[in-house]
Amino acid sequence: MTLVPIHLYLILGAILFTIGCIGVLVRRNVIVIFMSIELMLNAVNLVFVAFSRHLQSTEGQVTVFFVMTVAAAEAAVGLAIIIAAFRNRETVNADELNFLRW
Amino acid sequence: MHAAATPVQFLWLIPLLPALGVLFNVFIGPRTGRAAVNFVSPAVVGVAFTVACYAFSRVLGLPHGGALLQDIYPWITAGTVQVHVAFRIDALSGVMILIVTGVGFLIHVYSTGYMHGDTDYARFFAYLNLFTFAMLILVMADSLPLMFVGWEGVGVCSYLLIGFWYDKEANAIAGKKAFVVNRIGDAGFVLGLFLIFWNLGPGPHSLSFTEIAAHAKDIPLGTVTVITLLLFVGATGKSAQLPLYVWLPDAMAGPTPVSALIHAATMVTAGVYMIARLNFLYILSPTTMAVVATIGAVTALFAATIGLMQNDIKKVLAYSTISQLGYMFLGVGVGAFGSGIFHLMTHAFFKGLLFLGSGSVIHGMSGEQDMQKMGGLRSYMPITFWTFFAGTIAIAGFPPFAAFFSKDAILGAAFGSPYGSWWLWTLGLIAAGLTSFYMFRLLFLTFFGECRVDEHAKHHLHESPASMTMPLIVLAILSLTGGWIGLPEHWLWGDRFGEFLAPTVGGAPVSEHMTAGTEYLLMGASVLVAAVGLGVAYLFYLVQPGLPALLAWKAKAAYNLIFNKYYVDELYELLFVRPAVALSNFLWRAVDAEVIEGVVNGTASVVNANGSLWRRLQTGNVQHYAISMLLGAMMILGYYALR
Repeated sequence: MTLVPIHLYLILGAILFTIGCIGVLVRRNVIVIFMSIELMLNAVNLVFVAFSRHLQSTEGQVTVFFVMTVAAAEAAVGLAIIIAAFRNRETVNADELNFLRW
Repeated sequence: MHAAATPVQFLWLIPLLPALGVLFNVFIGPRTGRAAVNFVSPAVVGVAFTVACYAFSRVLGLPHGGALLQDIYPWITAGTVQVHVAFRIDALSGVMILIVTGVGFLIHVYSTGYMHGDTDYARFFAYLNLFTFAMLILVMADSLPLMFVGWEGVGVCSYLLIGFWYDKEANAIAGKKAFVVNRIGDAGFVLGLFLIFWNLGPGPHSLSFTEIAAHAKDIPLGTVTVITLLLFVGATGKSAQLPLYVWLPDAMAGPTPVSALIHAATMVTAGVYMIARLNFLYILSPTTMAVVATIGAVTALFAATIGLMQNDIKKVLAYSTISQLGYMFLGVGVGAFGSGIFHLMTHAFFKGLLFLGSGSVIHGMSGEQDMQKMGGLRSYMPITFWTFFAGTIAIAGFPPFAAFFSKDAILGAAFGSPYGSWWLWTLGLIAAGLTSFYMFRLLFLTFFGECRVDEHAKHHLHESPASMTMPLIVLAILSLTGGWIGLPEHWLWGDRFGEFLAPTVGGAPVSEHMTAGTEYLLMGASVLVAAVGLGVAYLFYLVQPGLPALLAWKAKAAYNLIFNKYYVDELYELLFVRPAVALSNFLWRAVDAEVIEGVVNGTASVVNANGSLWRRLQTGNVQHYAISMLLGAMMILGYYALR
């Protein structure tokens, strides 16, 4: 079995992170923005695991578990907030959810 | 002030009782109704009078010149200042507490009748009791700072009571005028107090009168003159002397019992009391003594001339009070401190009586104060008339009634004391003649002649109730007999009052310079001018009622000058009030409204503008925040990457 060189993992992670980042910035649907954030988190996770393997160290994998736990909690809280906001405003459009301002 | 004071423990009761009356009238009185207030308010002063009598009897029992002292607690302890709240009762303050609580009690009783129609009687009695409390602090204080507390306290009460009927603007303005004019005087008092402290030398100072007396001789003469003159400025304010007398005539806006108690019998005499109390300081400076005597004599004459032409019954008495206070200052100014206090006491009797009598007239006349609308009241109000008559002959100086002895003691001293001179005596003598004239004018216009009362008031015309006439009768008896405790030397029992006060108030020897013949001559002269005053008043207002108008027409310029009170109010208005108002207006419109508000509002609007600008960043859109986070992160990364 040939080893996949590390730079391919890093490139894939960078691509995924950029997609997620653009998704957060340009999409209007809050749920899509939310999924884009998950994508960014997982891009980072991928890089962590790749380096873990490359450096023969388990620390990266441990960090990934933490990130996944936090991501699960974040998903629960975030979705709850989105539902609450939807009930109030009948919308999940980020442009219209701008009531925390001057 | 030479013998050591005897410590006692009961003196605090005397001011405490009126203070309790204040608490009652403030917290309980408005709810209990009239009867309880009518009972408690005079009662506390009456009990205080009883305690004062006991204190006075204790002073009489002490060796000559002795004093009672109660040190209550250390009041101010700061650096070298260690002032105690302590009360001293000696001959001088003993006489004063008897006057304050005794005459005060009678006037409280009178007020229960006079104020019976007023809805705010609890407030009135609260003020009246508070005044009694403050006045007692003033006279009982053992130190100058504590005296100043009482001094200010009575000023506040005076202000509150002048403006008692505050819903009429004129009354509020009169109260304000009294307060402002007194402030001017009090500034002098405070400066004098500071200057005394400054010159006492090192060491802790209690500023008690004993301490000041002990150090008085160490103060340089020039400084003593400045100190005493500054304190005298305070006295001219409080005791309505030239040039600060202007508030007293206006103070007649207050209820008449207030005029009797505060603006005749007690508060306005505080200046005389203060000088008598600090006699050891005043006697050191011949300059100050001359100033005090001159101001006193000139004020006595000046105010008496204004009193000649007033038509308001209370205004006549107000100018009369200023004039009589002038006598007291003449007395203390020529070193006859005892005689000044003697006249203070008899004046408290007869002027208290005259004011209460005028109050009784006003009460009967349904509020009318113009003497031209009175006349012939003698038959309608017999008790008021007879007591008023007693007060009039007492103030006019006919023997053997009160003012004959007290005024003659002062005039004799003005003539014979080393500080006196013949022209001070002449001024006093002319004023005595005028006093007799304007008082009998008042008496004739009010009680004699035809009745000029209008029909409506005539219908209500009645003698006052017993609560008002009883104090009148007591004061009438005191006015007639009160002078007998201070007879001239070698008459019967002699000058008991003067001998009693002498060790406390010291003063210059008077009669050594005069033969008995001179003394009788002076006495004869003052009786003569009093008789002339009576005669002229009789001629002008009963025999030939057209004569005053004719005279006024003949000497129009002089008449107008005096009738308009020498235009002093107008002059002050022009010289002081207008510039002060203009300056205040400038400070208000230019400095306050423009500069100060400009700075304050400017600061606020700069912050405001800044906020309006930067709040645009706060769009509420999460994605804008995300972009700025991204840009920020990229900038940080770029910084580290490119550096």
